[in-house]
Amino acid sequence: MDILALPRLTWEFLVYLFLVMPDLLPIILSLATPLALGALCGVLGERSGVVNIGIEGIMLMAAFFGYLTGFAFHEPLGSGVALALGIAASIATGAVLGLLHAWLTVTVRADQIIAGTMMNIAAFGVTGYLNRLIITPSGRGGAGVITPFHLPDQLASLPLVGPILAMFLDQGPIAMSVIVLVLVSQFALFRTRWGLRTRAVGEHPKAADTVGIDVFRQRYMNVIMGCAFAGLAGAYLTLESTGSFQNGMTGGRGFIALAAVIFGRWTPLGSFLGALLFGTATAFGIIVNVRPAEGDLGALMKTIPTFWYAALPYLITVVILAGVVGRSTPPAADGIPYAKEGKG
Amino acid sequence: MRNWRVRLAPTWAKASIPVYSIVLAFAVAAIVVIVSSVFTETGFSPLLPFAAYASLFAGAFGSGTSIGNALVSAAPLMFGGLAVGLGLKAGLFNIGVAGQFLVGAFAAAVTGASLATAPTIVGMPLAILVGATAGAAYGFIPGYLKARTGAHEVVTTIMLNNAAVLLLTWTVNDLARAPGFSFPRTGETGQSALPILLGRNLHLGIVFAVVAIFVIRWILDRTTLGFEIRTVGANPSAARYAGMRPVFITALTMTVSGLLAGLAGAIQMLGVIGFYAPGITASVGFDSIAVALLGRSDPIGILFAALLFGAFRAGAPLMQIETSVPIEVIDIIQALVILFLAADLIVRKVFRVRAPKVEITEMATVTGSWGGASGGSSGAGAPR
Repeated sequence: MDILALPRLTWEFLVYLFLVMPDLLPIILSLATPLALGALCGVLGERSGVVNIGIEGIMLMAAFFGYLTGFAFHEPLGSGVALALGIAASIATGAVLGLLHAWLTVTVRADQIIAGTMMNIAAFGVTGYLNRLIITPSGRGGAGVITPFHLPDQLASLPLVGPILAMFLDQGPIAMSVIVLVLVSQFALFRTRWGLRTRAVGEHPKAADTVGIDVFRQRYMNVIMGCAFAGLAGAYLTLESTGSFQNGMTGGRGFIALAAVIFGRWTPLGSFLGALLFGTATAFGIIVNVRPAEGDLGALMKTIPTFWYAALPYLITVVILAGVVGRSTPPAADGIPYAKEGKG
Repeated sequence: MRNWRVRLAPTWAKASIPVYSIVLAFAVAAIVVIVSSVFTETGFSPLLPFAAYASLFAGAFGSGTSIGNALVSAAPLMFGGLAVGLGLKAGLFNIGVAGQFLVGAFAAAVTGASLATAPTIVGMPLAILVGATAGAAYGFIPGYLKARTGAHEVVTTIMLNNAAVLLLTWTVNDLARAPGFSFPRTGETGQSALPILLGRNLHLGIVFAVVAIFVIRWILDRTTLGFEIRTVGANPSAARYAGMRPVFITALTMTVSGLLAGLAGAIQMLGVIGFYAPGITASVGFDSIAVALLGRSDPIGILFAALLFGAFRAGAPLMQIETSVPIEVIDIIQALVILFLAADLIVRKVFRVRAPKVEITEMATVTGSWGGASGGSSGAGAPR
């Protein structure tokens, strides 16, 4: 091992990254989409003071019911209509489960972590149950996937700009909508009356109550809206990305989304960046298999087993949580149920 | 007669909500089964839940073998329930039992296989010990991170669960693959396997599990350490003022919790599964949470809750075969039980329970540590 090995390998690594960039960029956003939508769910809830660790379950449940709707209607109505109905069903599933979570945490004042855990177990059970009962025995497929938008080749082949354009535009409608949703949420949370009320309720519910903000209503609204986003994330998994449903297919994405929330310091834009980071880690794990590096770098990277690359996003989540969480402050009333005076 | 009632009153006050929750969960799950019966081969049938529950109970208690199966399924749940319950006592929510279970199972499998020809008295305890240690180490990571940096254990343990599955798959594929098998797996545990006590499969592990219940009960109720764990869980600030070390207790509790989960994996491996292969899944993870919550984190409560859920797991396959009601109905029942425990308001309304609200401090403190908002047990801001 000569002394120049490390700088040389680093250089080779950078060159490699540059070369695979056109392949890497488009999958980053598609991998980040469910995480970003799940993180939006987390941000909206926690900004108003409700922790939701059930994002994973809500995503799974929405993924299933979206798929089931497409599955049921694609023969009589055609796959286009069925997919649209499926997405609507996913969002509705998310909203209904959001209502349940809001009722449990705001009205009943149940422990929020336990309510979320219940959601995760219920989702696993209900989807597994119905999958075994309805979809598996039928042997039929679902409504397929939404056709992604395809960037004209002239644009995609532009140097440098092409891959970046492809990252955002060579996508299906849900993935593309994420950017809009994130920007709108960021604006709404910090520049509108609704946003101010949300933050007031999450930081100091008593003060908010004193000035006439309905704490319960605000929390209900935020949790339901956020969970509708988680529902959309579910729709993305079955109706835009894979076109099929497998038990437990969310694979911890709801929890990575929670880490993205903390990484992004409870802002929509920040958590989106967090989601992109995890998307990049996952995409990298895929790319090293599809387009392995050459030369010494390739030899070195081959010594690291595939499973380590696959475990990378999970390990990064742990490291980031440990590194970032101590230095970021959650909303002051995050996770604390509110009781009006005299009702406590 | 009256005397007994008076004596049982405090126990009933503690147990009434859990018992009613189970009853209600079965009732609601029955509705799910009835509604979904449209999709079965036999078509809509309002009596299906009765048939399903009958096979479920027949599968769990119908014969000596099925009772044995129920006990065998209950043993890892006792360890797992204790793992979660002990964490809850300290205000920690260990959802990482699944990962710690796998790590413990793997370590026990490898150790057991390498000592397959050694006498049982040497191989078995060593394999269990290594499994427990591996689980403890895997529990220490989130515990240490929580104590030192405040990284919430709910997220870190879930991530470590996923990482464990992948890294163990790699280990079995590349490092610990036993020669002579057509698929990646560890070798036979041979002499290191847990001896069968009775019948076809009732192994020694069940005895260890019951012993563990009483050991943890003793630690929690009778030792300074147990007192510190409970105090840190109830009020970390008070614990700090009283000279206790919340940071240390947090890390230690997660380690012991991981140790118990590792033991669950070790006895399941040495008593039932026999070898580690990629794809062995552990429903023990989520089941343990349900068991701990149903048992209200009390070791004796966990003992009964584990027996109950062990019986469900043992009986479910027969139910699926005889009535084609999917085994996942058990997960639904579990979620419902947790729902009714978390929102005991529903149970109180339905059954008109007037029992005083039992202290569920161990449940109420879990969210408090999310961001250190309520003084939290994170210890992130603790003076060092």
